[in-house]
Parts: sequence; C-alpha cells; structure tokens
Amino acid sequence: MTVVETTKNPPTGIAEFWFYFSRNKGAVIGLAVFLIILFMAVFAPFVAPHDPSIQNREMLLLPPVLSEGGQASYLLGTDAVGRDIFSRLIYGARFSLFIGVIVVTLSVISGVLVGLVAGYFRGKVDTVIMRVMDIILAFPSLLLALVLVAVLGPGLVNAMIAISLVNLPHFVRLTRAAVMTERAKDYVIASKVAGAGTLRLMFLTILPNCLAPLIVQATLAFSAAILDAAALGFLGMGAQPPTPEWGTMLAEAREFIQRAWWVVTFPGLAILITVLAINLMGDGLRDALDPKLKRS
Amino acid sequence: MSLLEVENLVVEFQTASGPFRAVDGVSLKVNAGEVLAIVGESGSGKSVSMLAAMGLLPWTAKVTADKLTFNGRDMLAMSDNDRRKIIGKDIAMIFQEPVASLNPCFTVGFQIEEVLRFHTDLGKKARRDRAIELFNAVGIPNPEERLGHYPHQMSGGQCQRVMIATALACNPKLLIADEPTTALDVTIQKQILDLLMRLQAEHNMGLIIITHNMGVVAETADRVIVQYKGRKIEEADVLSLFESPKSAYTKALLSALPDNATGDRLPTIAEFLTDQQIFEGAVR
Amino acid sequence: MTGGSKTFGPPVFQRKKGLAPMLRFIFGRLAVLIPTFLGVSLIAFSFIRLLPGDPVMLMSGERVMSPERHTELMNQLGLDRPMYVQYFDYLGGLLTGDFGSSIVTKRPVLDDFVNLFPATLELSLCAIILAVALGIPAGVLAAVKRGTWLDQTIMGSALVGYSMPIFWWGLLLIIFFSGYLGWTPVSGRISLMYFFPQVTGFMLIDSLISGQAGAFKSALTYLILPTIVLATIPLAVIARQTRSAMLEVLGEDYVRTARAKGMSPFRVIGVHALRNALIPVITTIGLQVGVLLAGAILTETIFSWPGIGKWMVDSVFKRDYAVVQGGLMLIAGMIMLVNLLVDVLYGLVNPRIRH
Ligand SMILES: Nc1ncnc2c1ncn2[C@@H]1O[C@H](COP(=O)(O)OP(=O)(O)OP(=O)(O)O)[C@@H](O)[C@H]1O
Ligand SMILES: [Mg+2]
Repeated sequence: MTVVETTKNPPTGIAEFWFYFSRNKGAVIGLAVFLIILFMAVFAPFVAPHDPSIQNREMLLLPPVLSEGGQASYLLGTDAVGRDIFSRLIYGARFSLFIGVIVVTLSVISGVLVGLVAGYFRGKVDTVIMRVMDIILAFPSLLLALVLVAVLGPGLVNAMIAISLVNLPHFVRLTRAAVMTERAKDYVIASKVAGAGTLRLMFLTILPNCLAPLIVQATLAFSAAILDAAALGFLGMGAQPPTPEWGTMLAEAREFIQRAWWVVTFPGLAILITVLAINLMGDGLRDALDPKLKRS
Repeated sequence: MSLLEVENLVVEFQTASGPFRAVDGVSLKVNAGEVLAIVGESGSGKSVSMLAAMGLLPWTAKVTADKLTFNGRDMLAMSDNDRRKIIGKDIAMIFQEPVASLNPCFTVGFQIEEVLRFHTDLGKKARRDRAIELFNAVGIPNPEERLGHYPHQMSGGQCQRVMIATALACNPKLLIADEPTTALDVTIQKQILDLLMRLQAEHNMGLIIITHNMGVVAETADRVIVQYKGRKIEEADVLSLFESPKSAYTKALLSALPDNATGDRLPTIAEFLTDQQIFEGAVR
Repeated sequence: MTGGSKTFGPPVFQRKKGLAPMLRFIFGRLAVLIPTFLGVSLIAFSFIRLLPGDPVMLMSGERVMSPERHTELMNQLGLDRPMYVQYFDYLGGLLTGDFGSSIVTKRPVLDDFVNLFPATLELSLCAIILAVALGIPAGVLAAVKRGTWLDQTIMGSALVGYSMPIFWWGLLLIIFFSGYLGWTPVSGRISLMYFFPQVTGFMLIDSLISGQAGAFKSALTYLILPTIVLATIPLAVIARQTRSAMLEVLGEDYVRTARAKGMSPFRVIGVHALRNALIPVITTIGLQVGVLLAGAILTETIFSWPGIGKWMVDSVFKRDYAVVQGGLMLIAGMIMLVNLLVDVLYGLVNPRIRH
C-alpha cells in the first residue's frame, strides 16, 4: 500500500491534478456530460430547435419521436399546450446551472468568511456562530427553504437565497475545522512570528491550505442546489410557470402522468443526469484533491 | 522433520506501478524448541515472508515457494478452511503494535476466549478459566477484572501481554513474534522479551522473532537469518554470526550497533555498501 | 485512557457498571441543546412577524376588517404588547405544550401533529429500515469486493440513488407500478374498504389488530412505493459510507489479528471489521433523519400520504401560518431529540466514548 508514487506536497500543477482526476473514469465521463450540458445551456438559442414558450395548438401532447405517432421535429414530444419539450429542457439547463452557480457562490463566500472568523478567533464568537449553525441544521433543509420562500414570496431569486442559507452551515463547519487544524501548524505560527497581520494570515496563509475540502463540498452543494431548486419548483414555490425550469415543468406535468409519460419522464431525467454528472465530478475531485485518499 | 520449512519463497505484490517483489527466494527452517531471529532493515520483507507463510497476505500478493510446510503438511496446497484450523492454533503470531492489534470494540476477554471457542471444545466456563490462567501466565494482575476491559483501557505492555496470552491459548507449536517490543518502552521491552523466552522454554515452542535490534538477537536467538531487500543475505547460529560475520552487510549491521560506533554519530549502511556488494556474499 | 499496570488498588477501580456516566453525558448534551432550542423558538416566533402583510390579518385569517376589529384582534392576539413580552409568552406556551392553533380549523397544532405524526413515523421507519437493511450489506460487499464489477455496480447505483430527484422517482414508480402494471395504489394509506379504529397510528399494526381480512395486505401495498422513494437517498448514503468505513477498517491491524487467529472471513468481516465500521455509519444514519423529513415533504405530497410533510406543505399553501410556525417548532424539536438519541447510541457502540 505504501509503494504508490507519492509527492509529498499538495497538488501543485494542473498536470498532477489531471493525472489523479483522469484515473477516475466516472469523473471524466461526468465532466464530459457536464460540459455538454453547459454548452447547450450557453448556446440554448442556437441549439434548441424551437422557441421554448411557443405553443403549437396542433401538436398537444405529441409523443417523442421514437414512439408511435412521434414527429422528428419534436424530438422528445410536446407538452399539454404544445411546447417542444426538448427545447424547454435545453433552456431549463440555463436555470439549473445558474441556480447552482449562484447558490454555491453565495454560500461559499459567506460560509468561508463566517467559518474563518469562527475558527480563527475561537472563544465566544465561535460559540455563537456555531450555535446559529446548529439552529439552521435543526430544520430539514427543504422545509426551511420552503418556509423561507413563503416569507420572501415564491420565485427563483428567493428560492436561491433560501437554498444558499440552508447550505451555509456545511461551509462554515468545514472552513472552521480546517482553519483550526491549520492554525496550530508550524507554518502559521512561523508567519505569525514573522509579523503577518490577522487578515493576511486568514486569507493568504490559512485559506489556500483549506481549499481542497471546500472545493469538494462546493461540488456537492452545486448538485444539492439543483435538486433543491427543482424540488421547490415542483412544490410550486420555486420558479413560476411558464418558466421552463425542470422542477416547475414536472409540477405542470403531474396531471398527465397517466396519459403522457414523456412529459413527466424527460424533465426528471434531465435533473438526474445533470446532478449525476456533477456528483461524478465531485468524486473525482475528491480523489484528486484529497491527499489522504490518494491511495489504491 | 522441522516444524516450519520454507524453500525459495517469493512474494510479489501487484501495485499501481507494476509488480513489486517484496520477498525474493527466501528459505528457512525452524525446529521445535528452537528460536530463530530474522533481522534486516525496514522494508526488507521480514513481515511479508512470515505473513505469507501463514497465508495472511491480501489478494494483491502472489505467493510461490518450492516448499512451504508446517509439521510436514503443505500449507500452500491446503484449502483455506484447513489452513484456518492450523493458524491461531498451532501457529500463532503477535505483532508490532499491540494496541492497534487488539479490536477496540471488544473486551480483551472476548478476544482471547474467541480463539478458544473456535479451536477447542471448551465450554463457556472452561474458556473463562483458561483465559484467567493465561492472563496469570503472562503476568496480568487481576485477570478476572481485566478480562472485562477494552484495549484502550490498558497500556501498550499490557496489550502485548494480552496478545501473547491469546497466541498461547491453544498451546501453539510455533510462535511468530513480529517485532514484539519495538513499540514499547525500553523497560517494558525487557519484561516482554523475558516473558516470551520463558514461555518458549516452558512449552518447548518453536519461536521466530523478527527484529531490527541486534541486541534482541544476541539475547534470544539460537539461529539468525539476515535479510535485505527481500533476499536472505546470511544464515548462521548466533555465536558465529556475532563472532565471524561472513557477509559485508552483516558486518555493517553489527558495526551499526551503538556499542561499535566511532565518533559521535551512528553510521548508516548505505554510506559504505552498494546493493551489489551486499548481494555478492548472499547465501541461498 | 486510564489503566496501566496497576498491581493493586480497589478491585472495582474502573469497572463502572452504573448509569451515572451515561446520565452525565446525556445531561451535558441537553445543556448544549438549550441554546439551540431557544434559537429555534426565536426563528419560529419571528417567522410570522417577518411575513409580508399585517400580522393581525395573517393570524386571524380574516381578509377584510374594520379598524375597530383590527384593534380588538390585536389586543386579543396579544400583538399590541412589546416584542419581548410576546416572545416570552410564546416560549411559556411552548413549555406547556401550547404550539398555537390553526387559523383555518382552529384546532390546536399539537393535536394535529400528534394525529398525523404516526403516518410519517411509520413511513420513515420503514424507509430507514429498508435503507439500513440494504445499504449496509451493499456497502460491505462493495468494500470486500473492491475494484471488481460488483463494487462498481453497487457504487454506481449508489451514486445514481444519491443524485435522484425523488419527487420524479416517485412519479416514475407510479407510472410503472400503478399505471402500467396496476400493482399498487397511487395515494393514501389504505383502501377505503377498510375501516378500523386507530390504536397505534401505524397502519400496518392497526390493520393486523383489526383482524379484517386483507387489511394488512392493503396497507402494505399502499406503503411500499412511498417507502422505496423515501429510502432511496439514505440507502445510497449509507451504502457509500459503509463502504468507505469498511475499507478503512479492513486495513487495520486488528483485522489482521483476527485473521491470524484463524477466524473465517465471514467472522472477520461480519464481526471484527463491521462492528468498527458501524461507528461512523451510525452517525450517518442519525444525520439521515433530517434528510428523511425533507424527503417526507416530497414523498407525502406525491403519494398524498397524510403525514406531517404534506400537512406542512398544505399549510404553507393555505397560508395557515400558525400551523407552519407550530410545525416548524415541533419538527425542529424532534430532530434535536433524535440527534441526542443518536449521540447516546454512538456512545453505546463506541467503548472509547463510553468509558
Ligand atoms: N500489501 C502490500 N502491498 C504492496 N506492497 C507491500 C504490501 N505489504 C508490504 N509491502 C511492501 O513489501 C516490502 C516489505 O515489507 P515488510 O513489511 O515485510 O517489511 P519489514 O521487513 O517487515 O519492515 P519493518 O521492519 O518496517 O516492519 C515493503 O517495501 C513494503 O512496502
Ligand atoms: Mg514488519
């Protein structure tokens, strides 16, 4: 077990990172799928065969192309008001990825700040912060998000704010734990002795050394955010119709569950594939970034 | 007939960077009542060769040997099931890290009685009595009470005593002690070694002691095998090894003893020997 | 980390069979819970006051009212008192079991909770049992067969389960098993044909007690799909966690010792390794309670399962904010209690904490 070619210092080069990342086949597949989804999202107006909101009254609940009665121009069929499902899914990717990015950015930035403060100063500040995080964690995340959205009013932006808040404790705890282990290490003490200021110590000395677990957690939060946003949409508390958000599409499709399986199947499949791709990447990132797991 | 006979043992590990030969053509014999010491620096394949003899290596290891018999029975050809009836009973092994070698989730009593349950037909009460007897034999005070303790409640030396008691539970014919004292305090080391030697003499066991420590060798062994990078460099009885070492490597090892150090630091082997010089004098 | 080679001394030096250390441990935990409880109650309290709109209207549920009526209600609901008085009043209510009353039905929130909770509990228990019963063996198997196709299949499925939007998964199962095969019903807890009094609140048990032919089977068919849906994510998490814990444990020295004692692989893995691997897994299972309740919100909505998840969602939509407030408090309180229980259980399986 010890004969693996180990380099002692944490990953420095992109090359080494890629070496470990690419050894995980799933991660590479996840990355590829994610890039495809990203491409479709960015270039949605060019990729999508139809306008996502145009209702074709002649083509209500048209089945997908491969089943009986399908039409080639409507690859995945149409929904109850004759909109092209495929195009709506492509536009939906925009929302999901956007939600993921915003939520992760919000919760990472605030979580890391709060966690740094808690882990660096310890004492009362720490206690108060951690108690507040405990309080957030005492609620089931979706319930808290649901209630927050009820307070703020349904909608995409409020859903994102709510999900960010629900995600916050994980980043705070992680940063705090990492800071506390790093703080006691020699290099931090050395720079302290050398006269480095508090802010400099926190951001330039300690933070870069806690990045690996944060990146892995950020990937997890990204996929969780997509799931939560879709769930809120499904419950009618996220994006509002006719927005082509995947969860919202599912909510609209529910009543056709017995008549038109495709209206229900494809939006969920889109969520699953996206989330799965991100989680696969997350596993690969963990392998590549976490030196402790770099064996076998 | 020797107790354990090994001829031309080769162990190869599959690793991420291709096959790795940890033991390369080692042969050895141990008789009943004999103490064999295996010395060699870290990574020289001492543990791996003994684990191979017991069939305890992970599946990534490929073990081959011209001969590997215990008490005349072929250990390589034997089914796993049959081998398990021998190891733990007739061959027992104790390890370097006594605390880590005991399961933290079970009491030491459970762990010693477990061996008796699997290898003997003793009843519950008889097993407990035997465990108490064993604890007494290895010098653990208050055995009745100690049996109910968890490993983390005991010191390293106590844990090693528990390991020894467990190994002795079924009166093994051969005991393999893999660096039994390395992890212990100096004062405790001596006690444990004395205990091992006393028990070995009492039961007329074969004993293989793996060590880095030439002092331990001098104190305990009848015969010595010197190993380097998976190969046997020299084999001799303990007196002739210390008096007239044949290979350059053994000489170097002996001169690395603190007693023989000149100047204010200890020399390292690599400072004055190349691999080639070492293997030249090697025996097979 | 006490002990050592003491040769004399009181024979029962650390043989502490009594409950005292455990109780002290539990009280310690409770002490930490108090600030959390206060915080949670503060959130539940502020919730209604943060809502957009007039709290008097929100709390009375009346849409139009004269200024006189407004003042009257304000006084009646105690909203004209200073905030902190209102909060302490609320807190006092909580401690005496007063979680407010529904604006719509006027029933006490606690009564509804107590009525609906068994349905959620039954569903969650079945789900967690399913998740543990499948997840632990799957994780162990994957660890033992590490690197093989079996490992890859198990871990691949676990990742799919972990990534699953369960509200969609539920719909898919309904399409297939209820719609296409016609095997299972779509909503509710038991067929309307059967009627019997609630004894335990668990439909499976009550149907047995009722002695009505076919009632148990009916309850089971209603339960099965929601259970699968709710179990999906915990199952995946438990399988992944078990595998990694097991891999770690399998490399430990004491596993080698067990093998050196001649124990069968079954015993080495199933007793020596698993017992240690379960320690982190139990924490994971404990953490799934929050996940389960979040999942229950979706699962109960899809299957019209009359539990607290559906109750909360319905209340949000009906703007019955008093119920939302009380429900939040009750659910958070329950999660805190379960976490406490998990801590205690953790202490029980891990001798290093117990002593
Ligand atoms: N499971 C394994 N997979 C791959 N290589 C292994 C494995 N176990 C041992 N090795 C390698 O085999 C070589 C011999 O190891 P071994 O443990 O026998 O050394 P040793 O002589 O006992 O050293 P020490 O004195 O440190 O215990 C080492 O280089 C080690 O890295
Ligand atoms: Mg060794």
